[in-house]
Amino acid sequence: MLGCHKVLDLSGQLGWLAGRMLADLGADVIKIEPPCVAVDATDWRAGNVNKRLLRLDPASRAGRKVVQRMIRRVDVLIETASPGEPGDAWLQFERLSRLNPGLVHVSITPYGSHGPRARWRGSDLEIMAAGGAMALAGNPDGTPLRISVPQAGSWAGAHAACGALVALSHRTACGKGQHVDVSAQASVLVALAHAPTFFDILGEVPGRAGSHITGRTVHGAVYRAFWRCKDGYINFVIYGGPAGRRTNKALVAWMCERGLDLGPLAAIDWDMFDPKLATQSEVDRIEAPLAAFFAGITKYEFLEGACEREMLGYPASTVADIASDPQLESRAFWQDLPDSSGGIERHCGAYYIADKQRPRIRNSPAASKSDSADILREFGFSAREVEAVLMTETMEVA
Amino acid sequence: MTRGPQALAGTKVVEFGGYAAGPHIGKMLANFGATVVHVESHGRPDGFRLQYPPFKDGIAGANRGGCFAFFNDSKYGVTVDLKKAKGLELARRLTDWADLVVENMRPGVMARIGLGYDEVRRTNPGLVMLSTCNMGQTGPRAHTPGFGSQLSSLAGFCGTTGEPDGPPMLLYGPYIDFIASVMGCSAALAALEQRRRTGSGTCIDLSQYECGLHFMASALLAYQRDGTIAARNGNRDSTAAPHGAYECQSGRWLALSCWSDAEFNALVATLGCRVLAEDPRFASIEARHDNVQTLDDALSEILSELDAEQTAAALQGNGVRAYPVNTVADLFGDPQLCERRSWRTRKHEEIGEQAYLMPGFDLSLTPGEVSRPAPLLGGDNDIVFKEFLGLSEDEFQAYTAAEAFK
Repeated sequence: MLGCHKVLDLSGQLGWLAGRMLADLGADVIKIEPPCVAVDATDWRAGNVNKRLLRLDPASRAGRKVVQRMIRRVDVLIETASPGEPGDAWLQFERLSRLNPGLVHVSITPYGSHGPRARWRGSDLEIMAAGGAMALAGNPDGTPLRISVPQAGSWAGAHAACGALVALSHRTACGKGQHVDVSAQASVLVALAHAPTFFDILGEVPGRAGSHITGRTVHGAVYRAFWRCKDGYINFVIYGGPAGRRTNKALVAWMCERGLDLGPLAAIDWDMFDPKLATQSEVDRIEAPLAAFFAGITKYEFLEGACEREMLGYPASTVADIASDPQLESRAFWQDLPDSSGGIERHCGAYYIADKQRPRIRNSPAASKSDSADILREFGFSAREVEAVLMTETMEVA
Repeated sequence: MTRGPQALAGTKVVEFGGYAAGPHIGKMLANFGATVVHVESHGRPDGFRLQYPPFKDGIAGANRGGCFAFFNDSKYGVTVDLKKAKGLELARRLTDWADLVVENMRPGVMARIGLGYDEVRRTNPGLVMLSTCNMGQTGPRAHTPGFGSQLSSLAGFCGTTGEPDGPPMLLYGPYIDFIASVMGCSAALAALEQRRRTGSGTCIDLSQYECGLHFMASALLAYQRDGTIAARNGNRDSTAAPHGAYECQSGRWLALSCWSDAEFNALVATLGCRVLAEDPRFASIEARHDNVQTLDDALSEILSELDAEQTAAALQGNGVRAYPVNTVADLFGDPQLCERRSWRTRKHEEIGEQAYLMPGFDLSLTPGEVSRPAPLLGGDNDIVFKEFLGLSEDEFQAYTAAEAFK
């Protein structure tokens, strides 16, 4: 869809997903990476697949000159320079737009490019804290938690891709480029769903939910959300409403099929059952046979059985479970690409299907000299210039 | 300075569906100037209107829900009864008018009611349609119903949140729905860009599950490469130590991390705790990892006496990453978010003043805006059908008589 667009990606981890998404959407994304950066690291490979790699150090005078020449010919520049760093002053939009008035310049920073804390530093942990996500994860009386797989860069990168595309729409209409200012902190806020409205409208401050559902009953009872099963945990909640009623009935029928003792579940009329009205002791009595049922099945058995019965609930998957999920296989989600040592590595494929086809990943970034030379030639560098650039960068590696 | 039109001015979007994953796409587009029409009916209003609190003064009502309003600002709201022939006719007029249709019904429902892509493109060949649902439109589990909060478990987020010896943790709300809405917004924009250049439409099939996996891509590749299974690990990190959240004065928490010896030295210097600086158990990054619980305990004791905001500022002044753990209430006073105007307050007819959230990006030349509060149920039938679609008064009355707006 973006086949006629070129993107120059100077970003660090905070911006990798932006370029990946634009590449998935069809843009030609060229990742600039200084020679000292290990491009074989798992994080780097996952974040930069589908881009073409050019080894250059924009911090060196020679490298910067090359990048500035390239900027004249691209539609979008993505970078994650720290605000206020003197060495990055050349990346100010005002300067870059003189090189290319149509440039869409996407800058991604932890807290935005201006403001009293713009120069504050932040890794995933501090950004998730600043964005409010940690205050909502963890046990209610325990420590605020982050998700152990870093998320802030993904939130920032996904917003950055949208920002770039909004600016490209404007450019297509009138030819003018502009600056897209992405704050990772502000990008995280949407992950809080509608929690902010509780404070805004009612003055209530939502807290951490832990592993139970709270706030759904008039007696203050809490419902279990995670249940131990044979090989991990299952996420299942006794809900009300049409889908909840259907699910509860189907679960009891499933337990009957297995010949399990229903205990107090046998007496419940699910059409009349209202989870809002249950006391904690009632909830505990209802949950006891469910716990016994879940303890006897695997995550995959639950996934398949719940799907078959149109029930709500999913296992708490590990990456191993996800890797073997037939749903993903059937939709050709994974794509195998050559790795740097002659083997195969399996990546997440493009994140959407268009007209019944999942776009293929076209590039597996490799730091070969011929790829770099091709890129430079496409940008109008002469054979001599290409040779000079590659020699300089090789010397810097040495 | 006179501000020109917004970047997406002139782009026409129609939404069918409800809750979060579809409507949040339209909201983002509306914030940058698209004309977005949210379609509901009086019989089946958007589920967020009545099923999810908070409500104004705690009293439920179709136009009193803060949750619905939060994801539907800057849009127009219409009611169309899709079960009636005349209602369906109106829906077709909307899809003929639109550049983009966003729908998040269960797979197959749009086709069943006569609004499938193959049907509507016959009269609007350049239409872009984005369909978003839990699992995508195809595959053995395509028709499985599900909540985004539980889908976040299937995609690995809950299993990687919590302490190593404890259960998985819930994330507030349907975390994964918003991954899919932001990524879906980008796919819709790219398809619209293609349409501007070529005139051709596209049908996009977006699986919320698959979008979520892109936020787990490094952990998934690590497993594919060497079998490493990402686990929940509290707030610990394999590189940085310390790396955690610590309770400060007045119940506020402070998140901080040290990624080098220099940063650790700056931390202990800022906190004025020479004991930590001289302790051999914390003398190198390896040593700090080996003694991380002892280090966390020592920091917890020191920080419990300090103010989170002041300490964060002092640490940042010395080059240490630190930020107070913002509660939902804190977010409304956060200096960076205030500087960016992340919250925009608009007056809703029934809810009154409500703060709406801007996306995480803004544009220098054509900035985003909350152009209007969320629509009342069917509140824009007149303007949408008469002004946007050009229905005459007689036509409008005929549709009204046929109960097409119910």
